[in-house]
Amino acid sequence: MASAEVTDRTGRPEEIRAVPVRRPGRWIAAAIVLVIAVAIGRSVVTNPHFEWHEVGNYLFDTRVLEGLVLTIELTAIAMVIGIALGVLLAIMRLSPNPLLSGGSWLYIWFFRSTPVLVQLIFWYYISALYPKLGLGIPFGPAFVHPNVNTLITAFRAAILGLGLNEGAYMAEIVRAGIISVDEGQTDAAQSLGMTRTQTMRFIVLPQAMRVIIPPTGNETISMLKTTSLASVISVSELLFAAQGIYSANFKVIPLLIVISIWYAVCTSVLYVGQSYLERYYGRGRSREQANALPGRVVRGLLSLPRRGEHARPAGGEHR
Amino acid sequence: MSAPMVKAEAVHKRFGRNEVLKGITLEVAAGEVMCLLGPSGSGKSTFLRCINHLEKINAGRLSVDGELVGYRQVGDKLHELREAEVARRRAEIGMVFQHFNLFPHLTAIENVTCAPMKVKRTPREKARARGAELLAKVGLPEKVDHYPAQLSGGQQQRVAIARALAMEPKLMLFDEPTSALDPELVDEVLQTMKELARDGMTMVVVTHEMGFAREVGDTVVFMDDGVVVESGAPAAVLAEPREERTRAFLSKVL
Repeated sequence: MASAEVTDRTGRPEEIRAVPVRRPGRWIAAAIVLVIAVAIGRSVVTNPHFEWHEVGNYLFDTRVLEGLVLTIELTAIAMVIGIALGVLLAIMRLSPNPLLSGGSWLYIWFFRSTPVLVQLIFWYYISALYPKLGLGIPFGPAFVHPNVNTLITAFRAAILGLGLNEGAYMAEIVRAGIISVDEGQTDAAQSLGMTRTQTMRFIVLPQAMRVIIPPTGNETISMLKTTSLASVISVSELLFAAQGIYSANFKVIPLLIVISIWYAVCTSVLYVGQSYLERYYGRGRSREQANALPGRVVRGLLSLPRRGEHARPAGGEHR
Repeated sequence: MSAPMVKAEAVHKRFGRNEVLKGITLEVAAGEVMCLLGPSGSGKSTFLRCINHLEKINAGRLSVDGELVGYRQVGDKLHELREAEVARRRAEIGMVFQHFNLFPHLTAIENVTCAPMKVKRTPREKARARGAELLAKVGLPEKVDHYPAQLSGGQQQRVAIARALAMEPKLMLFDEPTSALDPELVDEVLQTMKELARDGMTMVVVTHEMGFAREVGDTVVFMDDGVVVESGAPAAVLAEPREERTRAFLSKVL
């Protein structure tokens, strides 16, 4: 009798559709959050000092857009320098040669122990320290003598300051990625006749990327906003552009909102890029899947299971 | 008779103060299957890793196919080999590991074709054709595009064997190839190894599989505490060990 109710016509037991546990605490907490959000939203809309119409006026102002382009350029160039330097420094740091690893350690120590704002200003005034630069044989004659004052523009000083500083942080991230790869991978690659360089390039680094990407995304997002420090050495990036406008018309709040919107837009684009990169470098690892936010909110409130939580991923651990 | 494939004379290896190999002397003839037995910590795996220079030996002489491993002798002086030369010699020796060590970011076929393409500069198409052939040979023709995480342990180990074979090695080293496998998966790997032995591959196998040693091994070497305790034909060593230490070990594992 009972078994007839459990199984359907095909003899398979029916899917369980149980009433979920009620969670009043979650609903109360959600209500509080909602009330706070509404209150903030209301003030944003009704407070006249926000001057939203001015925000609209300046959002696509040419000066702002030019600043935006410069901010993106600074971020991209500084991150490229930072990542390249980071990989180099990380590999040096893991080298058996004490001079290389020591040099890398010193570099990382030096750039991490001083504020990046100080470094920026330092690079801006580098011509006071080295008025002339010589390119030639070390300790011997130099062939080219560029004038440092004209060579190091504000933009180049910002690139140097941000990029060299970023290299130190990226080095630690890359090093963490490299040492996270099992030594057996190196054994296997070397036993197949790969040199150390080939092993690093084809086997270790691609796997290290899985560990390197998330903090690198973090660094890029952070860099996007750190470029605003370059405004102090008068690089006309986003913040400097806004300052230029509001120093003339005193629309401080609307302009700060304008550039905040642009920073947020760029950050959101970087979010998407990061999740694509993570998926690419996570291939071959079926367990890690993206967990999008909107779905999570709904499922969390209704306490539904996450997609795939019950299903065993294909393959998985067999050891 | 031709020169031995592997020749070890009084090979010593230390890790810091810990002496792991205390004078290993043995020879592996071309086409021979040698099984290394012994309790864990006896130095079997270390010796295997010395053969393709994953570990440097501290004293003695070790040569593969008539060439010193890791060094070149000029007069009575040994010169360390350059990295590229070490790599070139390693490329001629296949190795299979206890934990497979497949490259998890590459599919089965990419695992197999990676080294031929990067090290031997085999054209992609040729490498893939040969790779598919090898995967079929180890019984996995349909797993070509699977990632290691999608394969069982036994399948992973067979891909690892195909990967080593792709470099056309003259010698294969197996470091406890079945020790990390579930019992029901051991046979498929041993079967693959048997076929390899039948094809005439020279093999040095560190194993705890006494059945395999008895059936496939030409020679069995029992090691303990960094020395060779006794060696000989499997029938002799496994059935009537002369040494007390061998007898004690075999009584525990058989």
